[in-house]
Amino acid sequence: MTIKYSKDHEWVTLDGDVATVGISNYAQEQLGDVVFVEVPEVGAEMSKGDELAVVESVKAASEVYAPVAGEVVEVNQDLEDNPSFVNEDATGQGWFARIKVANASDLDELMSEDEYKSFVEGLE
Amino acid sequence: MGDTSAISRTVLYDLHVGLGAKMVPFAGYDMPVQYPDGILKEHLHTRDAAGLFDVSHMGQLVISGEAPDKAIESLIPGDIQSLKPGEMRYSFLTNDKGGILDDLIVTRRENDLFVVVNAGCKQQDIRLLTEGLAGQATVTELKDRALVALQGPKAAAVLARFAPDSADMTFMTYREMDVNGVPCFITRSGYTGEDGFEISIPADQAVALCTALLAEEEVAPVGLGARDSLRLEAGLCLYGHDLTEETTPASAGLLWSISKRRREDGNFPGAEVILAEIANKPTMKRVGILPEGRAPAREHTEIADMNGNVVGEVTSGGFAPSLQAPIAMGYVPAELSAVGTELQLIVRGKARAAKVAKMPFVEQRYYRG
Repeated sequence: MTIKYSKDHEWVTLDGDVATVGISNYAQEQLGDVVFVEVPEVGAEMSKGDELAVVESVKAASEVYAPVAGEVVEVNQDLEDNPSFVNEDATGQGWFARIKVANASDLDELMSEDEYKSFVEGLE
Repeated sequence: MGDTSAISRTVLYDLHVGLGAKMVPFAGYDMPVQYPDGILKEHLHTRDAAGLFDVSHMGQLVISGEAPDKAIESLIPGDIQSLKPGEMRYSFLTNDKGGILDDLIVTRRENDLFVVVNAGCKQQDIRLLTEGLAGQATVTELKDRALVALQGPKAAAVLARFAPDSADMTFMTYREMDVNGVPCFITRSGYTGEDGFEISIPADQAVALCTALLAEEEVAPVGLGARDSLRLEAGLCLYGHDLTEETTPASAGLLWSISKRRREDGNFPGAEVILAEIANKPTMKRVGILPEGRAPAREHTEIADMNGNVVGEVTSGGFAPSLQAPIAMGYVPAELSAVGTELQLIVRGKARAAKVAKMPFVEQRYYRG
């Protein structure tokens, strides 16, 4: 499954019309130890750019924005007991939510893995 | 990016960068917020073994004169005259309204006072002390000294290898001695709730001494991130957050630092307000708060009573690595300040259950002999 990234450091993979969303490895490194994730409610309607989740590290809280519009169909309940999944496996077990994509074209605006890599290097 | 030209570095800056620290601006200094281990590990390492903290951004002052102990009492409510040489005390500068301008530690030495103040208040404090003590005492900033803290249950064993005479010092005492051959001022004190020391080192020898301390297997470098979570677990106030010009000693729960004699004399700024509040009891009180669940309640989180009325605010809040749970402190009305009182915290618009908790959250382990 191809992974795509937003400029806000979210990642998206698409399975049919359902997008799985999390934060990038670069983002988790910047945040440091994640101690709490507030995930959205199943059924919540997201516009692109809406606040999807909040990640709390020891030091601070950071918003995570929906990289695609649509309805939240599933959230990662495992993060409640294991918020450190976000640090240990950001693009795997550390996923936040699955969104039923409303506009397939939202995906087109995201970066490929290589593009995101260059984007991050440009931030250093 | 801020204006980097105005930012200062401590003498240990290159050492931090070499250790892989993430540097952030803090109180005008570029300081290590964490090293590659991260805040959680650094915090737990300090509770288990020993952490080395650079606190050279803080102000180290010497106040000298005929009777600097008596003189400084005109600006702070602490009992300094009763200190013997080598003893130290926590106090604070107050304003005419009884508010707190900064908290500080005063040590009596043989012929003068050694005072450590917060980095962010340093210039204000030097001005207040210089003007307030004019004609009685002079204030000198020791700009040529670094200050580091060695904290944790292994701190004493480590320091004894370099300075055997430090071993029998007790909490809140001061001595001058060589540490690995470097002449230092040592206090048995700190800001973590653990046993430990603060070590004032001639700036040109600080890198060498810190490198030697870090080479000991028990010692790891610890940044400002863990310094904050450690002090919060220990129930210690952070100036500018838990203490401000608007908070008074009674409401902050700091009356233990104002002796009977100082209350009777009442000759410090804001004494009228402070003494009246002691007599009448404060309306608001600083309390520890344990949120239910795992969501941290950060500074400025609103505190509501069980009817939903906003009654106060969190002044420090975060995640406690030692408890693996969120903790906070804040101000609530006195009638809601008893341990166990149920409260609500409004986190991102949602009311979350919480309780007033006993502080410190983690037992203090000071060495008292």
